Amino acid sequence: MTDRRILSCEEALRRLADYLNRELEPPERDAVEQHVRLCRECCSRAEFERLLKERLAELGREPAPARMLSRIRELLGGD
Amino acid sequence: MSHGIHRARFEVEVTAILDNLYGAALRLTRNSADAEDLVAESVAKAWASRDSLEDPARFQGWIFRILTNTFFSDCRKRGTVSLDEPAGEGGEFSLFERLHQPFLLWWSTPEQEFLRKVLREDLQRALDALPEVFRVVVVLSELEGFSYQEIADMLAIPIGTVRSRFSRARSLLQQAVWQHSLHSSAGGIGAAKAGAEGEP
Repeated sequence: MTDRRILSCEEALRRLADYLNRELEPPERDAVEQHVRLCRECCSRAEFERLLKERLAELGREPAPARMLSRIRELLGGD
Repeated sequence: MSHGIHRARFEVEVTAILDNLYGAALRLTRNSADAEDLVAESVAKAWASRDSLEDPARFQGWIFRILTNTFFSDCRKRGTVSLDEPAGEGGEFSLFERLHQPFLLWWSTPEQEFLRKVLREDLQRALDALPEVFRVVVVLSELEGFSYQEIADMLAIPIGTVRSRFSRARSLLQQAVWQHSLHSSAGGIGAAKAGAEGEP
């Protein structure tokens, strides 16, 4: 049976990183979602952490130099 | 399957994720020349051991595992970095808690304002400053979007270790961003907060 009890702020925040990383199973995910919907403070925090994640993800968006592709092709062609 | 087809497929797969491989390598090695070498060495190793790829649908996870193994292997050879997990210090640090203070509410949404002002370079500096064992987890999770289980498989560590390293990395990273903001132009809010608390 699904546990429908509402999480406390402490319980929700303890699961927040896993929630934002999509690492929670549906019952826990739903419980965090429900808490964040109802609690303004935790909603602000979730939004902050989500934005920070987005900013961090941008750091991985670095186009490889064009010479990298030719280096790879050369490397494979040499086999 | 002929060798030519195999090679063509391999090249297509590598080309499709080359920016991801390079982006991750750049944040792991922290400089472009080493990043290019890391990607090239990893692709060469992957090509040499292509028969070990049992499920082509898992190409990305497979080649990223080779990339991270190669990175750690290079680190060990150079002996310039510690691959041990640093001992924990203090409790969890939260940027949000530092910013979401009653006296800052005249700023309306101080946390959003802070994130708007934080520069890409500030985040990059904070990420680059993380110890390797933490940085690799952040790179694989936050930058490349791998799940904890995929990261655990890549690094051959328990999923609980991935979770705890991610948590410590996030705390250290947020602390570094906060500390830097106190001394930079991006830290108007941080500086105001520090001034009120008497932080140096």
